[in-house]
Amino acid sequence: MLIPHPLLGPRDAQEFTYLGDARLIDRPDSSAPDAEAAFCDYVFLRDNPAGVHRELWFHEQGDRSWLVVTRDTVTHEVLGAELARNVPLSRTRCGK
Amino acid sequence: MTRLAGGLIDRSRTLNFSFDGKRYQGHPGDTLASALLANGVRLVGRSFKYHRPRGVLSAGSEEPNAIVELRSGARQEPNTRATVVELFEGLQARSQNRWPSLGFDALAINDLLSPFLTAGFYYKTFMWPKGFWEKLYEPAIRRAAGLGRLSMQADPDIYDKGFLHCDLLVIGGGAAGLAAALTAARGGARVILADEDFRLGGQLLSETGTLDGGQATNWISALEAEFESLPNIRVMRRTTVFGVYDHGIYGAVESVSDHFPEANGCVRQTLWRITAKRAILAAGATERPIAFADNDRPGIMLAGAMRAYANRWAACPSETVAVFTNNDDGHHTARDLAAKGVQIAAVIDARPEAKARGDYRLIAGGMVTGSRGRLGLKSIKVQENGRSEWIECGALGVSGGWNPNVHLFSHHRGRPVWNEPLQAFLPGEEGALGLIPAGAAAGHFSTADALRSGAQAAQRAMDELGIAASLPDLPRAEEADYTVAHVFHVPGKKRAWVDFQNDVTVKDIKLAHAENMGPVEHLKRYTTLGMATDQGKTSNVTGLAVMAELTGRSIPETGTTIFRPPYTPVTLSVLGGGDVGRHFRPRRLTPTHHWAKAQGAVFVEVGQWMRAQYFARAGETHWRQSVDREARAVRGAVGLCDVTTLGKIDVQGADVGEFLNRLYCNMMATLKVGRVRYGLMLREDGFAYDDGTCARLAEDHCVVTTTTANAGLVYRNMEFARQCLWPELDVQLISTTDAWAQIAVAGPKSRALLARIVDGFDLSNEAFPFMACAELTVCDGLRARLFRISFSGELAYEVAVPARYGHALIERLMELGADLGATPYGTEALGVLRIEKGHAAGPELNGQATAAMVGLGSMVSQKKDSVGAVMSRREGLAGDRRRLVGLRAVDPAGKVVSGSHLFAEDAPRKFDTDQGWITSACYSPHVGSMIGLGFLENGDERLGEVIVAANPLEGESARLRVVPAHFVDPEGARLRE
Repeated sequence: MLIPHPLLGPRDAQEFTYLGDARLIDRPDSSAPDAEAAFCDYVFLRDNPAGVHRELWFHEQGDRSWLVVTRDTVTHEVLGAELARNVPLSRTRCGK
Repeated sequence: MTRLAGGLIDRSRTLNFSFDGKRYQGHPGDTLASALLANGVRLVGRSFKYHRPRGVLSAGSEEPNAIVELRSGARQEPNTRATVVELFEGLQARSQNRWPSLGFDALAINDLLSPFLTAGFYYKTFMWPKGFWEKLYEPAIRRAAGLGRLSMQADPDIYDKGFLHCDLLVIGGGAAGLAAALTAARGGARVILADEDFRLGGQLLSETGTLDGGQATNWISALEAEFESLPNIRVMRRTTVFGVYDHGIYGAVESVSDHFPEANGCVRQTLWRITAKRAILAAGATERPIAFADNDRPGIMLAGAMRAYANRWAACPSETVAVFTNNDDGHHTARDLAAKGVQIAAVIDARPEAKARGDYRLIAGGMVTGSRGRLGLKSIKVQENGRSEWIECGALGVSGGWNPNVHLFSHHRGRPVWNEPLQAFLPGEEGALGLIPAGAAAGHFSTADALRSGAQAAQRAMDELGIAASLPDLPRAEEADYTVAHVFHVPGKKRAWVDFQNDVTVKDIKLAHAENMGPVEHLKRYTTLGMATDQGKTSNVTGLAVMAELTGRSIPETGTTIFRPPYTPVTLSVLGGGDVGRHFRPRRLTPTHHWAKAQGAVFVEVGQWMRAQYFARAGETHWRQSVDREARAVRGAVGLCDVTTLGKIDVQGADVGEFLNRLYCNMMATLKVGRVRYGLMLREDGFAYDDGTCARLAEDHCVVTTTTANAGLVYRNMEFARQCLWPELDVQLISTTDAWAQIAVAGPKSRALLARIVDGFDLSNEAFPFMACAELTVCDGLRARLFRISFSGELAYEVAVPARYGHALIERLMELGADLGATPYGTEALGVLRIEKGHAAGPELNGQATAAMVGLGSMVSQKKDSVGAVMSRREGLAGDRRRLVGLRAVDPAGKVVSGSHLFAEDAPRKFDTDQGWITSACYSPHVGSMIGLGFLENGDERLGEVIVAANPLEGESARLRVVPAHFVDPEGARLRE
């Protein structure tokens, strides 16, 4: 598999470490009244769809960027990749 | 039979080889199979199940019969196909699966027992008694069946891995592949042409047809010369593309030195990972046999193979041959063999309308219904219009039609589609992305069609890539028709083989049908059809056709047959490449490694690191003597230990304090410059994760340490936090584990020793107290960092210098500390010292312990958020009442064994009375007995109590007293002296 690194171009998937569902970026607010339940979901529940999925990949053998890769889990087609740091920065985050 | 005339062999040189100990001769250009046939050897193996005598069936990688063992000693290689083994001087080959000899095989008794050994035999027979399968049946069956033998020695050869990139990968160097490669290469694309054979040309090499009126080899040679002159094409002979993977990645094995008598230090095979923007599947087609009674005798082979042996290798298994065919191609064989002077006994064509293509006897509308000849074919029985006759012949060429090699196409869910006129499966619309079938693999069987389709496929690929490539002038070639009749087997009562390698007959398929194993997937598993190492290249479609006939459905209704990687068997060694033994993973050496080795250190693997475990001295006969001495030296004088392996992460930026506050469960933002603080990280699920120290070198600069084992993981998680969770913080990270050599200097005389190397730095307790840190110089100007931290519980420091000075630093410290009793210590003594002090390490922080369990519950700050803080307060974790305690044997000579489980003295030893376990244990020279650490239910409230540690693995138990988890200096006074 090849991952189109936004800074480095197409890179072999072997250079990356896989983490999973990109929703891990959305860490709950610890001061919210339902924080424990929200963290429980955050830590233990993951989406694993058959189809388009946004996933976290770490370029561990490369520039050490965390990427959000959009991938079709059925065809393994990679539809895009962006720097993970741009995902939270590009949207208003509540509570922060 | 000896050699025919002509052929593509080099008769000017002779190669000696042996088969089953008997010596033969062949020529360069021969395969083992062609050389055996040229020497009149028809019997080359025994079948898998019935031990039937078998001969060469094919002339390519699809071979199911001629499976032999090559070479000897550690290089003995089982299950190689004689049809693709390139002959070399001194080659030794042996037949397999026979005893005592190939001619007389005791287990041929299985053939007589065949009525009992039908499909499903094992499932039905060896069901009872239950325990017998593993102990009796399976070992016995494995001995009787099976293929070659392993040498049981380590593979002495060298293997390699490589990466290649191209615009177009052409798989197969026959007519279509050559035309495709030519088109793309002339267009300027980066091209790789890979072919499994040692000679380019594919089927062209086996035919007499001309190209532009000349021999095909002339055209091929001209093309090879052109390829040689072009910088943008790489021709890879002896290279099998075995698998298609995501995003245009292809796996290929290049046989580099398999055809040499000795590898002589050269790589044997190379695994290539080829990334191609487009690929052309020009893998050709494989002929299939027709199943008839006793169709597996040596001498009965594929008609196309017989033609290939005659034309390319000038070999023929017999002086008199017959051909049995259902299509036009069989007649080519008869025509070519007759031209070579071989006598054609008859051509039996199943089609009543068939016409002779030469001067031979044609039996149109005939069928071969039987054969004779125990170790080699003597005669065949032919039936035509109700009358039958026996025809004498030493060999029979059989052609049941050609199956396009769609294998690679179906690796990516590409379902082949049935083509009625060709009676074969062709690549469908959807297959691997960017893989375009061409030539015979796409059903273009005539040479002219194959050339044309190859060039067109390449042009299409170039179009898609935006490369202008025009169609080359292709040579004039044969445009022969190909018609084939639907004849897959000849009805009859006797066994007719479909899958030669796994001994599956038409009868077995009938039985599978009768027992309701109709779906292809069931048929396959029940009969093992197509499940041998040849993956059913010559049998799958026939098996499907027979099942279709039995169920009264069409072939496409019955199912399709798809293939998985690898296309042909791949040596496990080449998949490993060079990553074997010590090269399996990187081995990291500490800066003091060579020094430690010279001191007699015994090393231990810690992850990838090699660490000194202990330093044995002359006269010490047991490791405990060394370890006790080292531990005593630290408590009594000064010890030196290389702690470089601990992870070091440099954290810089304006928000360093806030960032570390969010990562560690305890407060870090308040850490003052010049001070060090112990830090505990939790996982987001609330369990304790990793611990280390955080040293603040400047307002915006901290150095944190991790455990050796978690260095990489903690760094990854810190990057996750920095990039994904809190990218708004101004923080940068880099791992500096390898950049700094760090040496622990521990013991009451550590200050005195360090005073001898620092450059005018005040080490007094007032100026540089416990948990202080500083950047300074040592040894006359060498940049260094000094931390006053202690893992041993003694007055201690860790000094770090740039890694390349680590060796020199330890030598200097040893030299200057000789009068102080400076002693190097290893990981064993390190462990003893930390257990004596009750410091948690890997065995305690095992992912199942909470901060409270290791006695650090109060460290988890309630005033701030940090990773794992919320989840650490959940009921399940907060309610865990196991606590870290010290344990001492009541009997001073008693053993404390880590892993033992803890029970109240009178309690039964059961799961629900289990109160914890011992995490770490050692002999403590300080205490004078064995001691341990462990998690015990309500342990903090049970000091002084006697409990039992049970070690059921060794049937032992011991009475232990619960004590505080620090056996040395409980007040911590020594640290602060």
